[in-house]
Amino acid sequence: MVDTLVFVAAAVICLVGALGVVLARNPVHSALMLVMTLFGIAVQFVAQEAHFLAAVQVIVYAGAIVVLFLFVIMLLGVDRAQNLEMSFLPVQKWAALLFASGSLAVVVALIVVVGEPVTGVHAMGGTLGGTDDVRLLARSLFSDYVYAFELTSLLLVIAVIGAVVLVRKPKQTNPVAAEDGGGT
Amino acid sequence: MTGDPLYLDGVDLVDIGITIAKVVVAFTFLLVATMFMVWFERKLISDMQNRIGPNVAGPWGLLQTFADGVKFFFKEDLRPENADPLVFRLAPYISAVTAFLSFAVVPIGGSFGGGSSGTVTIFGRETYLQVADPPIGILFLLAMSSIAVYGVMLAGWASGSKYPLIGSVRASAQAISYEAALGMATVVVVVLAGTLSTHGIVAAQSGGFTRWFLVSSGIVPFIVFLIAATAELNRPPFDLVEAEQELVGGFHTEYSSIRFALFFLAEFMNVITMSAIMVTLFFGGPAGPIFFGMTWFWPTIWFLLKVLAFLFVFVWFRATLPRLRYDQLMNLGWKLLIPLILFWLMFISLKELRATYNWNWVVTYGAAVVALAIGASLLTMALRAGDRAYQEELEEV
Repeated sequence: MVDTLVFVAAAVICLVGALGVVLARNPVHSALMLVMTLFGIAVQFVAQEAHFLAAVQVIVYAGAIVVLFLFVIMLLGVDRAQNLEMSFLPVQKWAALLFASGSLAVVVALIVVVGEPVTGVHAMGGTLGGTDDVRLLARSLFSDYVYAFELTSLLLVIAVIGAVVLVRKPKQTNPVAAEDGGGT
Repeated sequence: MTGDPLYLDGVDLVDIGITIAKVVVAFTFLLVATMFMVWFERKLISDMQNRIGPNVAGPWGLLQTFADGVKFFFKEDLRPENADPLVFRLAPYISAVTAFLSFAVVPIGGSFGGGSSGTVTIFGRETYLQVADPPIGILFLLAMSSIAVYGVMLAGWASGSKYPLIGSVRASAQAISYEAALGMATVVVVVLAGTLSTHGIVAAQSGGFTRWFLVSSGIVPFIVFLIAATAELNRPPFDLVEAEQELVGGFHTEYSSIRFALFFLAEFMNVITMSAIMVTLFFGGPAGPIFFGMTWFWPTIWFLLKVLAFLFVFVWFRATLPRLRYDQLMNLGWKLLIPLILFWLMFISLKELRATYNWNWVVTYGAAVVALAIGASLLTMALRAGDRAYQEELEEV
């Protein structure tokens, strides 16, 4: 009974948040609604005894990624309600609708066709009754999936270095650029 | 690791009653402690600065904070015209709630030594002296401190005014930067304790002074944690979030009345919670000698005394250290604390691995020293290159 109540409450939070992300006029409100959805998902994780995933969900997604979103929104000054009628591509709206319904159809088809174990891999969330899910997760990450794990970290390092290179000001060898830039 | 014994054999009304009582006691304790912390800070800092400090309300000015609180309640609640009404009202509550929630996982008592597992008996039920003991205890603390960033950030943005926005951007950048060092110092403790639960971490430190992680982790993680925690709390010397000379009051410039009181409360609650966390992680939590067989009484007293010592240290910092400049703050965090604690984390992990698998002393530490030397020289080169580029840029301007 308690499980069902928790599930329903968290699911309502998730769905309201998800709708809010799309429907809110103000980008900052959208970002906050996203945080609400992430919290709902964290509650679902806790209900499934995946405590570690819940903590990571809050620390990484809510605590770091959405904070970055907010940084960008606030510092770029797009934190005002935007006119949704104006779009950059002429077919943007219809393309979005098409892709959204397409991916929804794929998910629904997967659930209907495949049945319960959608990915075919057993969950690493630990068993009910308090086995340490951190231990299980660490063991599988650093044994079975060690290459995937390390490659992902390599990808992140490349992304960080790429970002640093991109924001670096190039040495002004171009005489035209030196004339109007420089800020002397 | 089975968690609080209170919930093991099903949950009945008595268990629920005990849980509610624990929540109420912890909340009241934190509120009262916050009240006296404000008084303590003002009195201590005035002593250090040769002033008298609050001395009118109550004996030794003890009721000063209470008087201030009452005043806050009756003040007019202003909301700037440009403010975002909903977010403006939400932000103080995020700050206050996260400040309280972090305290919930700190064990504040219970005897851990000599075979007992830190439980006390209330109404015939065995339970831990902490509101909650989730299996991910210490991660919960980190999660709450990363959510607390929202309170500050949204407050600054929702005020619809320049200085609060600058203050909040500073605050969030600072909090995110120092969270890394804070988290890694915590990881060192987790590696040594072998568990994430705060109760387990305290239990792993039972059995005398030398088993405290302050000693067995080699002091460095503690120092890094203390510095990072001070930055995370926006306390002096890292208080450029609300640098009065530059930013009026920082993120809470536009706040008044009870909403400002909530920010104020959250700030001081966080100081107390952070002190309690440091005691839990590095100073054995409620560990200490037990006299007259009162096993439920002494641990809590030791815990409170240790927390009080840290509160003193935080006030002492404020009275003696000048504020850092923004680039100094970032340099200290990214170029000193993070590399230092990263190296230390690897060293401690290696030490644990060597002990577990019985590796050869010479080979293990020889390889470690070589790796350390390579890493340190690469890092120094990178830092030098960065400094050079910065200097060139300065000269160009």
